Amino acid sequence: MDKAAISAAPRPAVRPQGYWPRLGRRLLQYRTMYVLALPGILYFLLFKLAPLWGLLLAFQNFNPYLGFFGSEWVGLAHFEALFTDRNFYMMLRNTFAINLFGLVFMFPLPIILALMLNEVRHEAFKRINQSIVYLPHFLSWVVVASMTFFLLSTDVGIVNKLVGEAGFPRISFLSEPDYFWGMITAQTMWKEAGWGTIIFLAAMAGVDPQRYEAAVVDGANRWRQIWHITLPAIRPTIIILLILRLGQMADVGFEQMLLMMNPLVMQVAEVFDTYAYTQGILRGQISTGVTVGMFKGVVGFVLVVGSNYIVKKMGQEGIY
Amino acid sequence: MSFVAQKRLTLFDWVNYSLLSLFSLLCIFPFLYVFSVSFTDPEVYVPLRFYLFPEKWSLASYSYILSTNSFLNALKSTTFITVVGTVLNLVVSFSLAYALTKKGMPGRGMMMGFIVFTLVFSAGIVPNYLLVKELGLLNSYWALIWPVLTNAWSLIIIKSFLESLPSELEDAARIDGCSDLAVFLRIVIPLSMPAIAAFTLFFAVTHWNTYFNALIYLSDSKKWTLQVLVKTLVIDTDIAGMAGAGGDEKSVPQETIRMASIVLAMAPILVVYPFLQKHFAKGVMLGSVKG
Repeated sequence: MDKAAISAAPRPAVRPQGYWPRLGRRLLQYRTMYVLALPGILYFLLFKLAPLWGLLLAFQNFNPYLGFFGSEWVGLAHFEALFTDRNFYMMLRNTFAINLFGLVFMFPLPIILALMLNEVRHEAFKRINQSIVYLPHFLSWVVVASMTFFLLSTDVGIVNKLVGEAGFPRISFLSEPDYFWGMITAQTMWKEAGWGTIIFLAAMAGVDPQRYEAAVVDGANRWRQIWHITLPAIRPTIIILLILRLGQMADVGFEQMLLMMNPLVMQVAEVFDTYAYTQGILRGQISTGVTVGMFKGVVGFVLVVGSNYIVKKMGQEGIY
Repeated sequence: MSFVAQKRLTLFDWVNYSLLSLFSLLCIFPFLYVFSVSFTDPEVYVPLRFYLFPEKWSLASYSYILSTNSFLNALKSTTFITVVGTVLNLVVSFSLAYALTKKGMPGRGMMMGFIVFTLVFSAGIVPNYLLVKELGLLNSYWALIWPVLTNAWSLIIIKSFLESLPSELEDAARIDGCSDLAVFLRIVIPLSMPAIAAFTLFFAVTHWNTYFNALIYLSDSKKWTLQVLVKTLVIDTDIAGMAGAGGDEKSVPQETIRMASIVLAMAPILVVYPFLQKHFAKGVMLGSVKG
């Protein structure tokens, strides 16, 4: 036999046969990747998976002194108590109302702002405006809430001072329950509306300029160009963001609520997260806090997964 | 079609430009007011008067704040959390995201599935608090670092960014005998600089602005972060007055000092804002092309 034939033949099978040896070889092959993944995976196991075990406390009368194994199991008693509590319906109403305000007033604003920015013909003017309206997005809720106090409070608020000078009675924006949802929404609009324009501006940037030129030749004015070219171009973005927004109907900006809440507006400001915090952490009613948090988590989960499913059905990218 | 002709402002443009300017003015008004008051000399300060610029400039409020121990401590602890937290965020997130780009890795699907699950479901505030307590992290700055070491949203975006890098370079390096680790450190990381810049800023801003975790995990007032301190300084004094809860009048800081504390709480963000704007806007778009 000649040597060439042997060396040209497939190399002897160093590849292990069978499922387990092959798996072992692949594990070895990716060993560096496992080392790289390890800290992150440990993080998810410890800080995301382990707390799920804490959900069991919702079915106990958890007493920290007796511990998990010593505490009494009570089945669904905490859920029954929650659903028969008047506070529960108050929180449900507040969550829904704040989100509805957000949908009606906040949701359209970035679209309108983006359309306006898109019509600006002077690049410098556009850039300056963008820089200004993006800025509030980066501030902490503490800074935003602090500024709000110096603008709207009855004693140190400059806006109230101006209202007073104009001859009107001062308005207790921050302590009057009737104004609370509007005030929270306005705050969100101030902080996030400018930033929200980015995704729409990007969609608008994708429009072929020739289409506008053609429209002008056809005699279309600015309104008609917006209506027939710009809006259709961003329609898919609007629809997707709207559906994803509906998936967040259980969420209310938690830090924002915590900061803007005060005893006078409790009836309109209490939401599930703030209740879980005050009951579970401040008052030590751990099982109640876990129950409220779990209820909110499950409802939020269903809404997010549902809205994401619809978006994917439409052939678009969801949040995951 | 000449664009020169379009530069002539029509009524449409005038209305549009005016409305946009009005909105920008609304956005910037609170900043101007807080800045102007914070730099006003406490001697000439008259409450509730709006000046675009201080009547008489002074750094008195700032030098007062920066001479208090509580503020200096808060500044130090917030800086520590931001710097250490951001570095750890970057190392852990980019390492894990890179491993997750390796399609043949056994267990990858399971890891991805679980990470996505954490995006849509969380155990809630109380179980997370109990965990931190059990780990003995209460009143430790690490309580603001370990529980937010990475997150699903960032991982997904970083992973899609890494997947968009040309694989030829990686392959070439491997053929030249580079180990997997060397490929990651010498090829992938240098190519990822735009994403690293964006996420450095993102993680740093998040750490700097964190309020709730600092509130619940750091009960010892000596350990407070800047956001908690500013909240106590500005809002609690106000609430105390409003609800009629009695307090020592002298302990209520003057307006100029409170405003200066607000400015200091956002100062680093304003300093890096030009970079933030550029990289964040890109980051948002990175997110929209994820796979």
